[in-house]
Amino acid sequence: MEQFTSITAIAAPLLRINIDTDAIIPSREMRTVGKTGLARGMFAGWRYKAPGSREENPDFILNREPYRQARILLSGANFGCGSSREHAVWALHEWGIRSIIAPSFGAIFASNCVRNGILPVVLDNAIVESLARHVQADPAKHLLTVSLVDCTVSTVAGERHGFTIPPADREMLLEGLDAIAVTLKRDDEIRAFQERDRQRRPWIYL
Amino acid sequence: MARTIIDKLWDDHLVANLDNGTSLLYIDRVFLHERTGSVTLKELAAAKRRVRDPGQVFCTMDHIVDTFPGRGDATRMPGGTEFITQTRAAAQAAGITLFDIGDERQGIVHVVSPEQGIALPGVTLVCPDSHTCTLGGLGALAWGIGSTEAEHALATKTLVVRRPRSMRINFTGRLAPGVGAKDLIMALIGAHTASGGVGYVIEFAGEAIRALPVEGRLTLCNMGVEFGAWTVIIAPDDTVYEYVQGRPYAPRGEVLERAIDYWRGLPSDADARFDKEIALDCSRLAPQVSWGTSPQHETGIDGVVPDPAGEADANRRQSMERAQAYMGLQPGTPLAGLPIQGAFIGSCTNSRLSDLRAAAEVLKGRKVASGVRAICVPGSTQVKRAAEREGLDKVFLEAGFEWRESGCSMCFYAGGESFGFEERVVSSTNRNFENRQGPHTRTHIASPVTVAASAIAGRLADARSIAG
Repeated sequence: MEQFTSITAIAAPLLRINIDTDAIIPSREMRTVGKTGLARGMFAGWRYKAPGSREENPDFILNREPYRQARILLSGANFGCGSSREHAVWALHEWGIRSIIAPSFGAIFASNCVRNGILPVVLDNAIVESLARHVQADPAKHLLTVSLVDCTVSTVAGERHGFTIPPADREMLLEGLDAIAVTLKRDDEIRAFQERDRQRRPWIYL
Repeated sequence: MARTIIDKLWDDHLVANLDNGTSLLYIDRVFLHERTGSVTLKELAAAKRRVRDPGQVFCTMDHIVDTFPGRGDATRMPGGTEFITQTRAAAQAAGITLFDIGDERQGIVHVVSPEQGIALPGVTLVCPDSHTCTLGGLGALAWGIGSTEAEHALATKTLVVRRPRSMRINFTGRLAPGVGAKDLIMALIGAHTASGGVGYVIEFAGEAIRALPVEGRLTLCNMGVEFGAWTVIIAPDDTVYEYVQGRPYAPRGEVLERAIDYWRGLPSDADARFDKEIALDCSRLAPQVSWGTSPQHETGIDGVVPDPAGEADANRRQSMERAQAYMGLQPGTPLAGLPIQGAFIGSCTNSRLSDLRAAAEVLKGRKVASGVRAICVPGSTQVKRAAEREGLDKVFLEAGFEWRESGCSMCFYAGGESFGFEERVVSSTNRNFENRQGPHTRTHIASPVTVAASAIAGRLADARSIAG
């Protein structure tokens, strides 16, 4: 899995609450069985003028320079709510997003992020809005740095905000672990659990 | 120490406490569908990994499959057939049980899994689908995951999980006639927002919950994810034990007796403590309907489109303004009476036999208003057959509804179908997101009886005003 340590990049403010995964990648844009070819469909309902078309809506922030180069998204609460489709994360990643900063995230979405090298950063709404104002003043120069090494978001002006992230998520992102391989090292414990459990709950074992 | 139902299920599935603050939890059952299960099985095979216990893994075709009578693998969804054929091949290669197109057990995953007795009280069940929380209605600890986590569950029979905080919501009082589980969960989300449950695993409790039949509990829990919860659960009771008996994968005989003994120990201890407790009075609730593009944008059917100017929180205010622009609505407009062009009864929220019976009660002897396209998609092939045995299909057809094969259908463009541009649709589904049911389609979510009453009236309507 891809690691995440630190990035310094253009950040795009998309300050809406409850941005759902249907908005991030509409069902109609998921056309093949796989993780690729999804970036073109990212935010399709907002990014293009008409459904199914590829004519860009110039008002949508990620269609404007320098935000086309954004690697960081700033957003409102409950980002990634709704459908569990991991395609939302794969689409964002393929387009270039590496970190999303928001007051809260949909649980499945956040979990999908850390399994695909994207860092979800939880910061208070007031801080997200303050970062957005700073970025908007001069987006090409007012880059943000998101560091998972010291768990901070900082601006070129020297503003610095610490964030907390569950240790397991931090570890997975920093080390790019293969979670299945890590768990399979505990195969003996899983087998022992099953032996005990089969006595206690035999109806589980079809 | 007193424990909650969540504590008990956590303890009983704990393989190991990991030193990074997470738990390695044993996963009893995995369910897949052709939309996200296809990529899960493909990636697992590409990594040369096996499904560890194929006997406890199930798959159905619901998200892409066409729902027109006489269907096969063809679908109007571009690229859709590939999802169906690849899922079938991968399921066969992995040795898991597939409820394929044409199989009498096929249907929407969260309708099929209780129906077949795959979801049971006290099990851990995961599925790469956000509405897996539905199964909390049986007392299962069930939650939605992504495809990568599903690979982990298939390969290891476990998941690495960080324990959410716990919340209990007490639904006090009794629901008035004509008001049901859908109205209850919508009212909760309306009162506490779509992120009210973020970070929590939630037990739904109280008098109104105990009075709900199992299918109502499944409806209620279905929208737990719309509340932002990690998952939700209702303690099992005799209503559930009765429901479970005789289902194909449920225990029988002496093993069932042992299972029921075990299940009786699961409800939260009387003095168990939750990190948060809230209450909702159900006795005065009216049927609910959404007016915007988030499930939190909702009110009673007797209400009006709210004025964003009255909202103190700037983010919520902007969300309301944006939603009203999308929905083509002005503050102060009464919801009852808004003309509609579409009506949909289906989805993992409200497509079970009791939903169809309740809708049919309203439709019987009446006709869908002209200019309204009305569709009913039973939640499973079994539901469809049972409804047809009762003659419900005739009630729907005579009223002017289409009567379809089972699948997720127009909840979200499944089968490649959607409602039209700026059409106003009343729908028994769970998500009124922008563009979810079609490009610029304006979705109002509501209960099946509200959908049926509105289809007859040609406008959003209160079923209580036309019933009887």
